[in-house]
Amino acid sequence: MPPGAPLTWYLGLSAVVFAIGTVGVLVRRNIIVIFMAIELMLNAVNLTFVAFARSLGSMDGQVIVFFVMTVAAAEAAVGLAIILALFRNRETTNADELVTLRW
Amino acid sequence: MTAPVFLLLAVLVVAAALTVVAHPSPVYSACALVVTLFLLSVFFVALDAQLVAVLQVIVYAGAIVVLFLFVIMLLNLTQPESRPTAGVPVVAVAVGGGIGIAALVAAALRRVPPAGAPALPEGFGDTAALARRLFTAYVLPFELTSVLLLVAIVGAVGLASRKG
Repeated sequence: MPPGAPLTWYLGLSAVVFAIGTVGVLVRRNIIVIFMAIELMLNAVNLTFVAFARSLGSMDGQVIVFFVMTVAAAEAAVGLAIILALFRNRETTNADELVTLRW
Repeated sequence: MTAPVFLLLAVLVVAAALTVVAHPSPVYSACALVVTLFLLSVFFVALDAQLVAVLQVIVYAGAIVVLFLFVIMLLNLTQPESRPTAGVPVVAVAVGGGIGIAALVAAALRRVPPAGAPALPEGFGDTAALARRLFTAYVLPFELTSVLLLVAIVGAVGLASRKG
């Protein structure tokens, strides 16, 4: 680790950001903001990967981050297309009103 | 990265992340998301992941958040929601659970042995080193990624262009 900031600090920051993202997914009702909170969680995990890659001296963690970013880009494209289709059919982005699949 | 710089940036990251989650207007949430992603890329640079940091800014802060803003503008969601969050019990449980997760991780981190900084190989984290791993050990997942992106493009166009 670089001097000054040990590995555990990075892991702690990552855990805090991940927890904030989790709370956002659970609490917010706008599906676009829920989506943003998911991106926040993905980024927290990326920070963990990069911190461990630096700590272990291995490039593999950074390669995984590369893949996570690719999957996040694909996920954002498809997810926002779904949101568009939903809005076109239902005129809402509020998760409370999108309950067709609720049993 | 020295400890004071780390702490300052960490506070800014947490504040921006809280803004993403808490702000009633989705446009402000997206802007706060850009700030969060930029600050995280600073951490990536400090951790010798230069290419990942650049990709973070280009792909995440550039492409993905612009896509978010584009959809927000397209759907005209600039007005704050009348009731942006779930009911009070759900909020209380979620916030309590979030603090619980953070406390659990903090407790677990006390047991992590202090990792000595290993001697890094020459060019650790630069484009050549990452590309070498990507095109040797990870070449199959890398090629599958292109299939995934193709499927995502076809799916997104198909979903977004469907009538009625």
